[in-house]
Amino acid sequence: MGFLEQVYRDAVLEHARSPRNRGALDPYSVRQEGVNPSCGDELVVYLHVADGRVDKASFDGHGCAISQAAASLMTQAVRGLTLDEATQLITRFKAMIRGEGADPSLGDLAVLEGVSKLHARVKCATLAFVTLDAAIDAYAAGTSEAAQVSVDESEPG
Amino acid sequence: MAFDASVRRLDFPILERRVHDAPLVYLDSAASAQKPARVLAAVDTFYRQHYANVHRGAHTLSDEATSHYEAARARTARFLNAPSERSLVFVRNATEGINLVAHAWGRTALREGDEIVLTVAEHHANLVPWHLLAAERGVVIRGVPLGRDQRVDMDALADAIGPRTRLVTTFHVSNVLGLLNPIADIAALAHAAGALLLVDGAQAAPHLPVDVQALGADMYVFSGHKVGAPSGIGALWVREDLLRTWPPFLGGGEMIRSVELERSTYADIPMRFEAGTPAIAEAVGLHAALDYLDEVGLAAIWDHDRALARYAIERLRAVEGVRVYGPEGDDRGGIVPFNVEGVHPHDVASALDTFGVAVRAGHHCAQPLMRALGVQSTVRASFWLHTTRDDVDRLVEAVAEARAFFGAVA
Repeated sequence: MGFLEQVYRDAVLEHARSPRNRGALDPYSVRQEGVNPSCGDELVVYLHVADGRVDKASFDGHGCAISQAAASLMTQAVRGLTLDEATQLITRFKAMIRGEGADPSLGDLAVLEGVSKLHARVKCATLAFVTLDAAIDAYAAGTSEAAQVSVDESEPG
Repeated sequence: MAFDASVRRLDFPILERRVHDAPLVYLDSAASAQKPARVLAAVDTFYRQHYANVHRGAHTLSDEATSHYEAARARTARFLNAPSERSLVFVRNATEGINLVAHAWGRTALREGDEIVLTVAEHHANLVPWHLLAAERGVVIRGVPLGRDQRVDMDALADAIGPRTRLVTTFHVSNVLGLLNPIADIAALAHAAGALLLVDGAQAAPHLPVDVQALGADMYVFSGHKVGAPSGIGALWVREDLLRTWPPFLGGGEMIRSVELERSTYADIPMRFEAGTPAIAEAVGLHAALDYLDEVGLAAIWDHDRALARYAIERLRAVEGVRVYGPEGDDRGGIVPFNVEGVHPHDVASALDTFGVAVRAGHHCAQPLMRALGVQSTVRASFWLHTTRDDVDRLVEAVAEARAFFGAVA
């Protein structure tokens, strides 16, 4: 498998071409904007939370194949998780993107592991997760519309 | 001897490198230029044989280092055909040069309601310092759009310049469109209104002969790292009668005449604007880089850039789904922004990198221009004196491969 194919696995390209859960949720519990200042790409994450679990997640926005696939995969992976479990998922995803390997619990998200080899693109993959993290914080703080979060403001990788 | 990019290529050791098992094709000179071997050698020799701090030691090395540093200043002034080196200030880069003007001149000379005229195609470095000043001093910024031909709309520029205009500030060559601005015409408009003209020469100095007197510029900035010098050195030239009236920018050692506990008096120009130990070896590297460019011949480099841009635009346009931005003509230098339909510029750039082709993708620190072009971002290939037609062929092949790989990603 060539380098390009390792980063852009078939499943990544497939999610980029046909993203899941794209568009606004109505109703939603929290709406969170995220931005990657280095390219200007913007993402909106919507969560609907019921009984302490993410009942449904969606995203909106345009960006590169990596950011779109990561957002699409994220909305699938986070569904049904408690907020604590979602936070743990974010931590494990960031660890994988830092090159620490894919935890089995990451499931389909493991197709993005190749991005860890492409340092310049790490923020493309983490944007959806940084935005999700901020959405969870906003929900915990009792807000439904939080200020935009930048992928640069989060911890590296 | 006729100009030959494939011969100039040999002057750059890094171009022997391979990236992802492919020979490097470096098409990101507009972001930063690679360094000719003689620049590396000049810096190395200086550190090995002459290095010390400048302007203070009574010892031999300090004297030699000062001579080298001041020779670099004189060389840089000559490169710009400035009347003298007395008003040539070394800065870190073009960005710092523009900030110096905004602080030293802008904060003292401008009043609330005074106007600064610039264009939609400026680099952020020629926008943000003025935004800071506008917020602090109530200065008004007037932006001039591009015309239908994607050049600066000169009628709109003439209309934007009025009795309150104190400064017109614009690019010499656009960092996105590769476009040469008609600076002498802009200078005439500015001066007729009693305004000063600041020229951002970051993308011009590496590519064409610059003559600040013929241009009618009052201030001119460029970055060393884009002309093949080390990073950390750049130049701001200011008309001497102006610079003499400006207060210091940064305070510290080197820029003073005398310091007491509670007050200081300041050195004469240009030292008044060079606080602290400067980038000494970097200035020596700049000297070598400017010697190199003049020996190769900037007029020949500009001809080469333009011919290569024409070739690249023609070949890229022939690839299905590729859109190239910017005007065509004799005023178009070696910077070619483009997009591949359905593929994000960052994905294109990552794919090109796997073929050894280095380009930039993003907004190129020109978000207002991106909006005017109706895009979020673009891929940008930029050329220099070592770029060959083979390099452009490799780019075009890689773009076609990238398009095939990604297919139609919406």
